[in-house]
Amino acid sequence: MTARVNGMERSRPRMSQAFHVFTITCVLLGTVQAPAQVTFERLLNSAKEPQNWLTYSGDYAGRRFSPLDQINKTNAKTLVAKWVYQTAATGKLETTPLVVDGILYATGQDDRAFALDASTGRPIWLYQRQLPNDIRPCCGHVNRGVAIMEDKVYLGTLDAHVMALDSKTGSVIWDVSAFDYKLGYSFTAAPLAVKDLIVIGVSGGEYGVRGFIDAYDAATGARRWRFYTVPGPGEPGHETWEGDSWKVGGAPAWITGTYDAATNQLFWPTGNPSPSNRGAGRAGDNLYSNSLLALNADTGKLNWYFQYTRHDEHDWDATQVPVMIDTDGKHLIAQANRNGFFYVVDRSTGKLLLANPYGKITWSDSKDAEGRPVARKDASPTLEGHTVCPGALGATNWMSPAFDPQTGFFYVTARDQCDIFSTAPQPYEAGHAFYGSAYFPSDEAEPYVGALRAIDPMSGKVKWEFPHVSPSWSGVLSTAGGLLFTGDAEGNFIALDAASGKALWHFQMGGEVYASPMAFAVDGKEYVAIAAGSAVYAFGLP
Amino acid sequence: MDFSFSLLKGPTALSIVVIMIAAVCAADDRNPLAGDPKAAKAGEYEFRINCALCHGLGARGGGRGPDLTRAHKRHAHSDADMFQTISSGIPGTAMPANGTNGQGVGMTDDEIWELVAYIRSVEVKAPLQAVGNAQHGKELFYGDANCSLCHMVNGKGGRLGPELTAVGGTRTVEAIKESVRNPSRRLAWGLTEPSKEFAQQYETITVVTADGKEIKGVALNEDQFTVQMMDSNEQIHLLEKDKLRSFKKSRESMMPKYDTSVLSDKDLDDIVAYLISVGAQ
Repeated sequence: MTARVNGMERSRPRMSQAFHVFTITCVLLGTVQAPAQVTFERLLNSAKEPQNWLTYSGDYAGRRFSPLDQINKTNAKTLVAKWVYQTAATGKLETTPLVVDGILYATGQDDRAFALDASTGRPIWLYQRQLPNDIRPCCGHVNRGVAIMEDKVYLGTLDAHVMALDSKTGSVIWDVSAFDYKLGYSFTAAPLAVKDLIVIGVSGGEYGVRGFIDAYDAATGARRWRFYTVPGPGEPGHETWEGDSWKVGGAPAWITGTYDAATNQLFWPTGNPSPSNRGAGRAGDNLYSNSLLALNADTGKLNWYFQYTRHDEHDWDATQVPVMIDTDGKHLIAQANRNGFFYVVDRSTGKLLLANPYGKITWSDSKDAEGRPVARKDASPTLEGHTVCPGALGATNWMSPAFDPQTGFFYVTARDQCDIFSTAPQPYEAGHAFYGSAYFPSDEAEPYVGALRAIDPMSGKVKWEFPHVSPSWSGVLSTAGGLLFTGDAEGNFIALDAASGKALWHFQMGGEVYASPMAFAVDGKEYVAIAAGSAVYAFGLP
Repeated sequence: MDFSFSLLKGPTALSIVVIMIAAVCAADDRNPLAGDPKAAKAGEYEFRINCALCHGLGARGGGRGPDLTRAHKRHAHSDADMFQTISSGIPGTAMPANGTNGQGVGMTDDEIWELVAYIRSVEVKAPLQAVGNAQHGKELFYGDANCSLCHMVNGKGGRLGPELTAVGGTRTVEAIKESVRNPSRRLAWGLTEPSKEFAQQYETITVVTADGKEIKGVALNEDQFTVQMMDSNEQIHLLEKDKLRSFKKSRESMMPKYDTSVLSDKDLDDIVAYLISVGAQ
């Protein structure tokens, strides 16, 4: 159904407006060079059409780098707000919009999806999912965005459905259930369109789900493969779980992965084992929790894996975008992990090349023969509570990093916080929260800080930082204009010099940022967009 | 329940409705799981996951959340009140509705009743008996102890420090005493995102303006580029950081330490007794 939401009546196109919108759309399509259909070819070559933002991270490499340079270091101080789109709903927005040929596609609370005129913010259509009232999202009724392929946009929902909507009307083309949402399964991540497939990882690490990554036929919605991130009996890795613990082992995959066309591999990170902060009862490494998976895109077969945190007891999901970096003939994949280490892995083999802390860490003080950080024995949570850094929210979280090929820096939103980790022994009950834990800030702790950090991915060293007044949940965008864009917890949207980290411009949006910025252009004019509070904002030159 | 009122007319209908509502209230007023130790144990897990961040382990009160082991609760006299508070939150406070924010997960009705069973199980049975003399505490608060120069209670007093009308009803005696004896330590409390709702963190700010004037006061709010502060004359200053000569922030509270040479243990007991008597109202 389209545009049937209370409070949206005034902004939804009426008959005359609908005609107007139709005209605008025709004009837009008439003025752009690119074909109307978003083919796999276009997704592969997204750098050739910098005016569009075609995938969650802007390209298959996950760089969140825009080749646009009209907004640059010289003129950034003159940026102004161009439009604001209010979702008229409460709760945070975690969406990264896509833009294709002048139309912006984004998502909002309770699985809204909407299309806007990207240069004016005027709505073209709104889809509002009718969610059951007993869904079990862990952390707000959030959604991080859509994928686009051909004439459809794709959405994962909080009741664990995957759906295709017509990109011109928002009409439902297909809608399939991936799993029983009543058991705690949901989708919050933006899907990734690859070839003729829609790939998405499940959320639900708080409910003792058995994680999986699914691929659906983009045309029909038929499921083509499923990779269970917790191996079943007889499968390699099953022996890393104690008894029946694998059945509720977690390892969800709730962020959008990356894709390497040269090897036809998907790189997809996974989340914490369940219960998140209690290791008793699941002795072993708990594969493939907190891992990077290299999957054959056609079959979902595992080529290799790298586990960042073994037998995790601190909720350190590895669900941060794994960024592909090619340099000096080396094919790398870099991740600033929630456990506080910056990892570089050879993406041909999965072999670890580098692991260096980029924030405050107390859980590890040694490395094994392969260079992997090893947990201290006394880092485990206790019933009385025990302070460990980073805290449960991690040294970073799901907000996107950026890699800028011009500066060579990897940028990440970091948090230096320590928590008291306490176990709460708890039996599994289907569909009920299954943390096995409690964590909270230490009364004795210094106030914790946040910062945008620039890391040299070759050495793993932090080169500079831009401190935040309090830790931010905003991702980072880098652009060819020599700029970084990020948001903060106090509602600012900030442009920085990508080389030095100096703030060049800011705008107070009046709502906390829980999203990652992106850039696009319409009619030759560059825009930068981000969600804050309950709205989407677009900025441009005067 | 979904029935049509239009089919029922007149006083009979009204009385039926009244009886039905009364029956529903009576049925729901008490926790269906009351006194069940297994439910209370399950509730303890729920508490750790969903509530301990603010209310502290053991429900003894934390940086933001009141001590829930007290018999007297501002928002939850009956079990049904407590269920409602947990389910819907408390408007105008940091207490969120169940399952709506980023902290913790949504609980089912059964799980909320388990939580109520747990909270009842850790409650002290008698209302808190203040050890001091509240009347003398009031005299000290507005007199020799100088509390009211910076703190307001029931609309009377200064503005530089936190408003203390509710503090006696929401914080432990130990926390109140520590705030008096060692005020800086408590500035660390509540520094998590949900506390963004509270502008006043009471950090000490010292700035030098472009024309060389030094201003010292407490932060009312701050972001990357601006600061809003109140000086000791209760003047509000709205400042852009890049126009200042210097900006310093300290977690050393502007409140002096009241050690035993300044305020005896007995006098402190009296002030606490006063705050508790006000907080209970």
